[in-house]
Amino acid sequence: MSEILEKRKKQIRRKGAGPYEMTCEKHSLAGAVSQRACVFCGSRVVLYPIADALHLIHGPVGCAAYTWDIRGALSSGPQLHRRSFTTDLREQDVIHGGEKKLYQCLKELIAYYRPKAVFVYSTCIVGVIGDDVEAVCRQVSRETGLTVISVASEGFKGTKKDGYRAACRALSELVGTGDISSISPFSLNILGDFNIAGETWAIREYYRRMGIEVVSTITGDGRVEDIRRAHGARLNVVQCSGSMVHLAREMKEKYGIPYIHVSYFGLQDMSKALYDVAEFFQDAAAMQKARRLVREEIDRVLPELMRIRTDVQGKKAGIYTGGAFKAFSLVASLRMLGIRTAFVGSQTGSPDDYKRLEEFCDPGTIIVDDANTMELVRFSQETEIDLLIGGVKERPVAYKLGIGFCDHNHERKISLAGFEGMLHFAQEVHASVMSPVWKLIDRKNINVGNA
Amino acid sequence: MSSQMSTIFTATRNPCRMCTPLGAVMVFSGIADAVPFLHGSQGCSTYIRRYLIGHFREPVDIACSNFSESSVIFGGWQNLQAGIQTIIEQYHPQLIGIATTCLAETIGEDLPQMIRRLQNELPESGPILVSVSTPSYQGSHTDGFRRAVKAVVEKLAQDGPAGRHINVFSGMISPEDIRHLKDIFMDFGLDAMILPDYSDAFDSGIWSRYEKNIESGTAIESIRRCGQAQASIEFGSVGDASASAGDALLRRFGTPLYELAFPIGVRLNDIFFERLRMLSGCEVPSRYVGQRSRLIDSYVDAHKYVFGKKTVLYGPADWVAALAVFLDEIGMIPVLCAAADCTGKLKEYLAEHLGPDKAERIAVIEDTDFASIEEKAAALRPDILIGDSNGYKISRNLRVPLVRLGLPIHDRIGASRITALGYRGTQQLFDRIVNALLETQQDNSPVGYTRL
Ligand code: SF4
Repeated sequence: MSEILEKRKKQIRRKGAGPYEMTCEKHSLAGAVSQRACVFCGSRVVLYPIADALHLIHGPVGCAAYTWDIRGALSSGPQLHRRSFTTDLREQDVIHGGEKKLYQCLKELIAYYRPKAVFVYSTCIVGVIGDDVEAVCRQVSRETGLTVISVASEGFKGTKKDGYRAACRALSELVGTGDISSISPFSLNILGDFNIAGETWAIREYYRRMGIEVVSTITGDGRVEDIRRAHGARLNVVQCSGSMVHLAREMKEKYGIPYIHVSYFGLQDMSKALYDVAEFFQDAAAMQKARRLVREEIDRVLPELMRIRTDVQGKKAGIYTGGAFKAFSLVASLRMLGIRTAFVGSQTGSPDDYKRLEEFCDPGTIIVDDANTMELVRFSQETEIDLLIGGVKERPVAYKLGIGFCDHNHERKISLAGFEGMLHFAQEVHASVMSPVWKLIDRKNINVGNA
Repeated sequence: MSSQMSTIFTATRNPCRMCTPLGAVMVFSGIADAVPFLHGSQGCSTYIRRYLIGHFREPVDIACSNFSESSVIFGGWQNLQAGIQTIIEQYHPQLIGIATTCLAETIGEDLPQMIRRLQNELPESGPILVSVSTPSYQGSHTDGFRRAVKAVVEKLAQDGPAGRHINVFSGMISPEDIRHLKDIFMDFGLDAMILPDYSDAFDSGIWSRYEKNIESGTAIESIRRCGQAQASIEFGSVGDASASAGDALLRRFGTPLYELAFPIGVRLNDIFFERLRMLSGCEVPSRYVGQRSRLIDSYVDAHKYVFGKKTVLYGPADWVAALAVFLDEIGMIPVLCAAADCTGKLKEYLAEHLGPDKAERIAVIEDTDFASIEEKAAALRPDILIGDSNGYKISRNLRVPLVRLGLPIHDRIGASRITALGYRGTQQLFDRIVNALLETQQDNSPVGYTRL
């Protein structure tokens, strides 16, 4: 069994193994095969679902190539976000600077695609070659009358989380610029849902059934005009604590709009989200509607969930997610199916997240920050899990070890949020752990490490 | 529409090129006991991993020096040093292949010098460090691939008594094609070194050991001998000669170099097999005579279904070139040949191999993007597209079938097992093309014949 690298030990924790604080929010160890991405990636994935904006990536081609149509974020209208635009800097641009090319690209693209706004993402080398992206954006804004926003997302300047922050800064340039006169007092913004496989639509429909107006969805199925009006809502409902909380905080300071945290994954968390919202508005009718909605929806999915539970209960799972918030809902959802979580980790959790996670999990559960492949292999084997939940990068590792896998990341094409989503999740889990193919593999005899 | 067509864009819209380090990573992954390492930003390595995983559906490990802001200000030496140490502790490799990202290049890191210094600090028994410069603002993933092969050969090749073995620089091909090439060489009795050989790293079975992932691939010992080989074969005739490993060996050791097109179709395979016949001194083994004959027989069976069909080809220039020759021999018309990379030689190649008249009628674009391909293709009304998965949207919009070939294929299973090389590989490709055309014909027919 390969050893955990000495320098990584403080980022791994076993529940019940004595008190000490988890080290996290650290820069990844040089040389380690981390699962983490960059600042640019953080900004890009958050802003990407705004469907009527043009997203231009300023830098060499790679960053744009790898993020083209990267997420399953759906739009009910324009599809401009699913294209990949880049200034594709070449050697000459690197030597002489890319401002002229950026200007040229913007002018041409705006004239042709007529977007509602433009986001310009700076990637790694842009700051190094000294381009004044802000200035170019301002100039193009002046000349075209369009909002052109510079997103300072140079890859190396922090972690994916810093990318979220940069994205929120960009969004706050839009918020507060639209007309809010007609907005209902029972109104909210959905923050931090990205409409993967139509999830935002489902959530939005729940709120509609409760009689609450959704002013904007940031950013799933997002529209520039809606975001401009977001400050007219009475409440911000924030999912995914990592990516959108900066915007919520800023809107609270600037416009006095309170925010609450929710998760839409799992029956429990989903119901709680609706109740919390109804409670916030202190509206008996809304609460009543929420109760009825929850009852109806749970009645619809529960029989099937229970049937699945009889098949899968007693299995063990490992979880590795991007943000830590998702891990909570996953542990709870698995519990509901009778599956115990043996280890859980995230790329970007905060000390607080890990502390709460530890309280929430069963004794013996391993908790890990910024895991590398070797560690995931090790934990998977050591804890003899039947199922790994993670992103695309984790999938082949699980499969090689003969372990089932569920994608809980943003590239999936199946909605997992809401009541219906829980059913999909259970079906996914079921198809993974019940498949007869694992019988052909002797998991115990896969010899991992320096044997 | 016509005014739209004439718009010229400075921006790249829906890129065809992936970045240079991706190619280098593939090469280092195909060497036994080697680990690929990116010097620069972490995001790139994660993206490249994700991309390759999406294609091969296999674990891909890429280490990275994980630059922070201070590395950009003070240089990446410390990160490199620490990173290499971490990799040695964790993987015990015999070789570490280090490619730069655009960031390291832009801040002016002198990687070769740093590598020399690091190598001196390592014990004798430590890994060999090979570096290659791959800023993504210079060329495409195919260029990165070629540069890395060349860097490995330049670092490892040694002088010595001439042998009968041969070197094969087979370029960016599928694991199954690599396996097929190995069979062919074996059947000719040729001792061939294929570099890189990621046929196992990117297409392995269920693990029996984790290390297997780095153990498989071209043996370092065989790369050392490549200066003593009787000849080198290098696929991809339209590539950049200055980045050719075969050319480097020719200059340094006088090893004869045979630059061949990817052996796709009868004509190009005949050239390839003739070369093997001469190098081995053996007649073409009967199984290949049989494969060739069956391939031609299937051409005859299906010739009417493919004749005159207009095809849009896109991908790396060297692939597009070979595919165009193959399509021409079965009577299909490559109406558009779009290269992701920029060689400046594709047009010339087609004129030479298809004749100037035919070449004249082919639209050739290099260094292009998918938005441009779509705009051109729409005007040409093709019957079929051949290329990677990124062309799917074009295929959907134009309602023509797409035969998936190349990288990435991330919307289908089995990218590793797609073959195109040799008579046998061509057979698979040919069948897929014909069946895609038949399926479309069937789907579009109001009658829905069950026999075609
Ligand atoms: S790390 Fe930098 S160069 Fe790499 S993908 Fe991120 S922004 Fe692009």
